[in-house]
Amino acid sequence: MRKRILDVSQKVSALHIAGAYSCLELVDTIYHSLMRRDAAGRSPDTFILSKGHGSMAQYAVLEEMGVISPDDLNLYCQPGGRLATHPDYGLPGIEASTGSLGHGLSLAVGMSLADNIQKQDRCVYTVLSDGELEEGSVWEMMMVAPSLGVKNVVAVVDLNDFQSLGQTSKILPNFYPVAEKIRAFGWEAAEVDGHSAAAVHAAVVNRRGDRPLMVAARTIKGKGVSYMENVPIWHYRSPNPQEYQQALTEIDRAYHG
Amino acid sequence: MRDTFSRILYQAAKADPKIGIVVADISPAGSMRQFREEFPERFVNVGVAEQAMIGLAAGMAMRGMKPFAYTIATFALYRPFEQIRVDLCYQNLPVTVVGIGGGVIYSVLGGTHHAQEDIAVMSALPNMSILAPCDPLETEAATWACARHPGPMYLRLGKAGEPVLTANAPEPFQFGRVRCIKPGAGICVLSYGVVTKMALDLAVKIERSQGGQVAAYSVHTLKPLDREGLARILTSYDRVIVLEEHSSVGGLGQQVKALAFDSGARCRLHAFSLRDEFIHVYGPHADLLQAHGLQADLIHGKIFP
Repeated sequence: MRKRILDVSQKVSALHIAGAYSCLELVDTIYHSLMRRDAAGRSPDTFILSKGHGSMAQYAVLEEMGVISPDDLNLYCQPGGRLATHPDYGLPGIEASTGSLGHGLSLAVGMSLADNIQKQDRCVYTVLSDGELEEGSVWEMMMVAPSLGVKNVVAVVDLNDFQSLGQTSKILPNFYPVAEKIRAFGWEAAEVDGHSAAAVHAAVVNRRGDRPLMVAARTIKGKGVSYMENVPIWHYRSPNPQEYQQALTEIDRAYHG
Repeated sequence: MRDTFSRILYQAAKADPKIGIVVADISPAGSMRQFREEFPERFVNVGVAEQAMIGLAAGMAMRGMKPFAYTIATFALYRPFEQIRVDLCYQNLPVTVVGIGGGVIYSVLGGTHHAQEDIAVMSALPNMSILAPCDPLETEAATWACARHPGPMYLRLGKAGEPVLTANAPEPFQFGRVRCIKPGAGICVLSYGVVTKMALDLAVKIERSQGGQVAAYSVHTLKPLDREGLARILTSYDRVIVLEEHSSVGGLGQQVKALAFDSGARCRLHAFSLRDEFIHVYGPHADLLQAHGLQADLIHGKIFP
C-alpha cells in the first residue's frame, strides 16, 4: 500500500504522503483485524479518519478491500474523479467528512451514544493526529465521552511528533506526556508502537472496556522512506521522479524483501 | 415559546424514538422534566461545551437519530460555528439547532447574549434551513416541522411569555411558505419572530392614521425563503414594510429588497431593522429595540412623516 500511495503521488501534488505513511498500519489494523465482518464483508463497526489529511492511507486500504475501485484512486484529485484530499461523507467506505481537525472524535462518540440508546452492539474507531489534539473541541469530547457512559469508542492518536510547522514536542512541549492526560480525562489509555499491527491489535482487544479507549500510538512521520522520515516538508509535498525511484527501492527492501 | 417547544418536543419524542435532545447546560423548563423522566437516555447534557453538543448531535444523526441541540442562541451558533458548518451542513444531517433568546431579547445580559446577526450567519450556510416562529402557536407548528425535517435546521425562539398572535390567522403554518396572519389591502407588514407583535401594533396604528385594513405576514421560514410568495406580495400591495429584530446586514429586509429588484416590483418598500452595531443600552427588551429605532410610533412616523 505504501507503493500504491507513492504511485498516486506522481500524479498530484497535494497528497500529505508522510502523514499517510505514519498512520498506515493503524488504519490497516483497524480495518483488517479489529472491525468485525460478516461473510459478505459487512461490518457493524465504523471507522472515521478524524485526521482527514491522512486520507491516502484510508483510500489505499479501501481499494485493497474492493470498496473503492482502482479507477477511483487513479483519479484522486483529478477531473472526473470523486476522491478528494480529504474524505467526503457519502462516498463508499467514508463514514464522515473530515479535513478540519477536531471533529471526528465528537462524531464517533455521538454515534456510540446513539448505539447505546438504540441498543446496538457496534464499535466506532477513529484515528486522530497529534496536532489535532491541540484543538479544544477534542478535549471537550474527552471530558464528555466517559461521563456519558460511552464505552465502544476506540480512538487512536497517531503520535508522529510532527505537525505542519515542525516538531510538536518543540512547538508545545507541555503537550506531553499524552497518556497521562488521556487517563486524567477518564479514558482508558494504552501506549504502543504504532507501526506494529500486533501491538495495536493487542492494546485494543485486551482493553478493560469499561470506558472509552484512547491509544497513544508512537509513529514516524513518513515511515518507510528514509528521506521523508521526520522531515516536515513531506507533510504536503510529493516526491519528484528521482525521489520516487529511491522511495520505491526502500519500500521494496523494507516491506517486500 | 420555550415551554411550548418543550411540550411539543416531548410529544414528538413520544411518537418517534429517534428524537433526542442535547443541551449545553441550558435546559428548557416546562415539560422538559417529563421528557427527562420518560426518556432519560435521550436527554443529554454535555455541560458548557457547545462544540461537543453539535458534534455529538451530528454523530447521533449519522446513526439515524433526529437530535435537537439546545442552548442560548449566541452560544448555540457562534461558538460551534464550524461544527454546524462541517458536521451538520456539509454532511446534511437532520439536526435542529435551537437558539433560545434569538434577537436581543436577553436585553440586560448584554452583547454576549444578543443574537442580532444569527439569520445572516445561518442563511449563508448551504443546506441550512431557518425557522423563526412569531408566537407560541407558530412555535408549536415549527417544532413539529423541525422534527420532520430531513436536514439541518436553525430554530430561532424568543424566551417565555410571548402573547398569542396567530389564533385568528387566515392561513395555516406551512414550512417554506410566507403566512398571512392578518388580512388587509394596500399596505402590508412582513416580520418574523417575537418582534411580529410590534408589526401588528404598527399595522393597527397605520389603520388608525390612514384608514383601511393593513395586512401582516409572518415570514417564519427565513430559509428557504418563499420567493414566490414574497414576489406575489410585492406585486399585490402598494406599500410593503419589513420589520425585523436583526441586523440590517443579511436579514429579511435585504433579501426582500433584492427580490423586489429581481421581480421588477413597483411598490414602496420600507425596511426596519437593528443597526449594524452592538447595543450598549441596558433595560427592558423594548428599550433596546427602540435604541435602534424599532418602536411602532417611531416607525409609523418615518413611513408617514
